[in-house]
Amino acid sequence: MTDSEGGPDLTKGEGPEDAITQAAATGTGPLVVVEHVHKHFGELHVLKDINLTVDRGEVVVVIGPSGGGKSTLCRSINRLEPIDGGRILVDGKELPKEGKELARLRADVGMVFQSFNLFAHKTILENVTLGPVKVRKQGKQESEKHAMELLERVGIANQAAKYPAQLSGGQQQRAAIARSLAMKPKVMLFDEPTSALDPEMVNEVLDVMTGLAREGMTMIVVTHEMGFARRAAQKVVFMADGQIVEENTPDEFFTNARTDRAKDFLSKILTH
Amino acid sequence: MFDFSAFFDHFDEILQGFWATIRLAAASAVLSLIIGTLLASFRVSPVPVLRSFGAGYVNVVRNTPLTLVLLLCAQGLNDTLHLTFSESSSTTYYWWAVLGLSGYTGAFVCETLRSGINTVPLGQAEAARSIGLTFTQSLRMVILPQAFRSVIAPMGSILIAMIKNTTVAAAASYAEVALVSKTLLDAPTFTGGAIPLFIGVAVGFMILILPTGFFFGWLAKRMAVAR
Ligand SMILES: Nc1ncnc2c1ncn2[C@@H]1O[C@H](COP(=O)(O)OP(=O)(O)O)[C@@H](O)[C@H]1O
Ligand SMILES: [Mg+2]
Repeated sequence: MTDSEGGPDLTKGEGPEDAITQAAATGTGPLVVVEHVHKHFGELHVLKDINLTVDRGEVVVVIGPSGGGKSTLCRSINRLEPIDGGRILVDGKELPKEGKELARLRADVGMVFQSFNLFAHKTILENVTLGPVKVRKQGKQESEKHAMELLERVGIANQAAKYPAQLSGGQQQRAAIARSLAMKPKVMLFDEPTSALDPEMVNEVLDVMTGLAREGMTMIVVTHEMGFARRAAQKVVFMADGQIVEENTPDEFFTNARTDRAKDFLSKILTH
Repeated sequence: MFDFSAFFDHFDEILQGFWATIRLAAASAVLSLIIGTLLASFRVSPVPVLRSFGAGYVNVVRNTPLTLVLLLCAQGLNDTLHLTFSESSSTTYYWWAVLGLSGYTGAFVCETLRSGINTVPLGQAEAARSIGLTFTQSLRMVILPQAFRSVIAPMGSILIAMIKNTTVAAAASYAEVALVSKTLLDAPTFTGGAIPLFIGVAVGFMILILPTGFFFGWLAKRMAVAR
């Protein structure tokens, strides 16, 4: 897990074409492949030819200035936003455009939002069991048992019967992580999971995420938390103006970024 | 002039009229909630045809006087086109009144519910979709339950208006309390004053409607979603 292990040479990398055939043939290739992806909002070109490969068990941190397209990239990966060009494969399969099949495959991609988005009219336990019962068609008892284990693991089992509004932000975000985990996703997307939290609650959420990374969960995390990136990530992707400007290891990126754009950005966030 | 004896002489008929009103109101309450929920689901659905249908229906029905809607049902569809529900004409008129009133009230339920849907933060739908719920499941399990809770009070007002609108069902030949009262008044044998009869019927409506209002007020408080 340390950066000294090296890992693939990110500047060259294998071509996405190779990666796909490999995945389809063996089921062991990269878990997420983003290939020449474009996205517009009206006139605004928000994603400009994005290419990204995420291996099984890999943790990728996406960092960059506001408005750079980080959220849009996350949302495109589980098709909350449709893309205009290119393709995105999860475990070798492209997500279908619409309908039940999309819903089912989307459950393989967990998503944790900046604003938690727990279902406000359901208890924490109901939030966690809804997907397993309605989407995975698991029995209620089995789902509740699993849900309690997950809540235990994120440290809020004693809040299971409460409603989201009764919990602190940090507790809500941990509940949201448990809700995603309950679907047994292949990959988890985190879109600035700690940005809406009071400072004293940031670490309880980052600790849960670090634990997940240690256990081998594949994760794409939009965050400016440098400590987390250094501790848990194998790769940092710097995004600005809809493009991936730099891919690097966390240590290299934060101490010795290759691009001026990244250096400039880092100098701004590090002065705080 | 304020001699209520005529009112009490015909108390049985008036009570029967009220019972007919209650039967009409209860069935229409259920059916208009169902119709309104379906219409609202159409109006927010990703399928353009359903969206257009929902919008078209609401705009036509909401802007048509209820009397016309009920006349169309009773005289147009029933008397002229002979679309009937049962052998008995009173049962048929009852169901046409229920359908007409529900179809009309459903348009208002739809618009109220739609404003409720707009109060549910977008993130709720996104979270629902991200755990793999289909559009219909998200609507049913996440969006509508929250939307309903936020519009309980205005929904109560719609139902109250609907209860009063049952009096228009007289136009659809359905013998609810307003029609009963009119028949009583028109009868040559009726000697009592009209005003006591009106007062009696108005009090009857208040007995029906006041608790409805209180109930919805209580429910709205109890079911509010904390964010
Ligand atoms: N639904 C939308 N409609 C129109 N423009 C959008 C929408 N979502 C995002 N944008 C625009 O796309 C750009 C990228 O946004 P976003 O992906 O949220 O960036 P980031 O997460 O990096 O801050 C921004 O300019 C933003 O204003
Ligand atoms: Mg963002």
